[in-house]
Amino acid sequence: MADLALPETPAKTQTWRQGDVIFLWLSRGCAFLVPALIGGIFLALLIYSLPAIKKFGVGFLVSPEWNPVTQEFGAASSIFGTVVSTLIAMLLAVPLSLAIAFFLAELAPPKVSRVVSTLIELLAAIPSIIFGMWGLFVFAPFLQAHVQPWLASTLGFLPLFQGPPMGIGIMSAGIILAFMILPFICAIARDVFLLVPRTIRESAFGMGATTWEVMYKVMIPYGLVGLIGAVFLGLGRALGETMAITFVIGNSHRISASLFAAGNSIASTLANEFAEATEPMYVSSLIALGLVLFLITYLVQILAQFLLRRLYRSWSAGL
Amino acid sequence: MNRVKWLIFAAVACIALTGVAQGQTLSLNGAGASFPYPLYSQWAHKYHGLTGMKINYQSIGSGGGIAQIKAKTVDFGASDEPLKTEDLDQAGLVQFPMVVGGVVPVVNISGIAAGQIKFTGDLLAQVFMGKIAKWNDPAVKNLNPGLNLPDLNITIVHRADGSGTTWLFTHYLGLSSPEWQEKVGVGKSVKWPAPNSAGGKGNEGVASYVKKVDGAIGYVEYAYAVQNQMSFAVLKNRAGNFVTPSIESFQAATANADWQKAPGYYLVLNNQPGDQSWPITGATYILIHKQQADAAKAKGAMKFFDWCYKHGAEMAQKLDYVPLPAKVVELVQATWAKEIKADGKSVWP
Repeated sequence: MADLALPETPAKTQTWRQGDVIFLWLSRGCAFLVPALIGGIFLALLIYSLPAIKKFGVGFLVSPEWNPVTQEFGAASSIFGTVVSTLIAMLLAVPLSLAIAFFLAELAPPKVSRVVSTLIELLAAIPSIIFGMWGLFVFAPFLQAHVQPWLASTLGFLPLFQGPPMGIGIMSAGIILAFMILPFICAIARDVFLLVPRTIRESAFGMGATTWEVMYKVMIPYGLVGLIGAVFLGLGRALGETMAITFVIGNSHRISASLFAAGNSIASTLANEFAEATEPMYVSSLIALGLVLFLITYLVQILAQFLLRRLYRSWSAGL
Repeated sequence: MNRVKWLIFAAVACIALTGVAQGQTLSLNGAGASFPYPLYSQWAHKYHGLTGMKINYQSIGSGGGIAQIKAKTVDFGASDEPLKTEDLDQAGLVQFPMVVGGVVPVVNISGIAAGQIKFTGDLLAQVFMGKIAKWNDPAVKNLNPGLNLPDLNITIVHRADGSGTTWLFTHYLGLSSPEWQEKVGVGKSVKWPAPNSAGGKGNEGVASYVKKVDGAIGYVEYAYAVQNQMSFAVLKNRAGNFVTPSIESFQAATANADWQKAPGYYLVLNNQPGDQSWPITGATYILIHKQQADAAKAKGAMKFFDWCYKHGAEMAQKLDYVPLPAKVVELVQATWAKEIKADGKSVWP
């Protein structure tokens, strides 16, 4: 092994250079594989959805009609369900996971912290179909029997909580999604909190700040870039989640103001209807839905990058 | 280094050997409808034990099955919805029914047991259109004077995935109500007009939604209604009788249908004549190419289907499918003899 570190003869140097070149191209090839794949997927989606785009145009995005019999398709109900269920998930999961992460990083005894952290990582490893089945058989009936009647009787004046409580629907989909993205946000947020230098935390406590103030005014601003990253990771996952949503969202092509109502998401529509879609326009419209999801996810990522860069600039100047 | 070479050699040898082994036994590949999958896979398993012939059936959905057999990637396709004669001729396919099943409306109203609530086709269509919103609506009450129907919202549960079951059910509603035919239509998935509705994935999805939502009505294949002990409805058939879904009432519909006059066996068994016929009954079909490239393989396939007809009936009934009546099997086998050829010769009998 010693001769590897100090090449003596020119011949050996030569082979090393060759090896380097091969390695360079190999890694370059691997790196290009990803953009090529994304580009390929995008192109394929675009080509196969062309018939639908040609027929329905921009109207595809805003039309709530989804009628396989008359072959009239619009994505509005699917986009609506995707956005609303994701929104519910984010509203629930972000504060909750920040609170858990702060507790684990700051307040919990190390032993407890270790055990709970491992459990949270395990939560991330549960396959989404398990969440779906649990949602359908355990969680939705619970919502239907205990939570939704209570919401209807106390907040029933809001259109959000009207209609018969079915358990399944946009609401349960959003909550299940929150459970699913929580471990992702939580695990990263905990790491971010742990990275806050001890001196900064302790000086804040030393100045008489309460725990809440330390979290709100020191830890969160310090780790903001990382936290936003964590949130967007969860967001990306929530947008594309398929199986669990399909089980509990109720799969109805309808836009309803009530969170109790059944709805659908882009991913659940694809999962449900692709296998039996035979007519070319039907297939093309489903692929166009896929394209819409692809673009939404992509836009979210771009937005995340943009936000991160701006925040990074403004915050790194401050700290 | 040597060891690696040996490993590669061994792996290649294994692949080559399995290739040789596979070449010796006949194997059939099929794909399509999910409705008959439990039965086809049992038949295939039993038949493999008896003859050593391997039959792989992939339950990918009727649409997938039709696409795969057209592309010739499988030896036979399976579909719940019969293809029209033009489509069959264009693709050079023969289609024949394999088993029959029934679709059953199921409800969840407390205090109402299986077989108690009655519907006519028209009333069912109105309910599924959302025109009747509550269970105590006079139209439902008049037909069911003895039942204590509550002041409860009706929730429609339908299939979320495209499905032959939905096709059969909407076809029946279309036959029963011109308004349904015009406004909603018939399809493997349709636009469900009722405002208060939800879609479950698969029969099991619909069954579990109906069981969980008070006041729900849905439709499932008979087997699911029986296995989940659901409250199925009684329907008025073409003869004017209220019939209970059962193997016998599906058989009655199958036997009373006029198969002889249906080219390509394009026959929906909905609303067939007969006192005991269940009005939402349908066959599931096998699709196979008329021109077979491999005579031995084609013969093997026909032998398997023949065995299913003649020896598979009991297994079918155990799984709540209805075997075809003998006279229909005779018709089907006459079609095989006439239409399925390899090297210009009939492969059957």
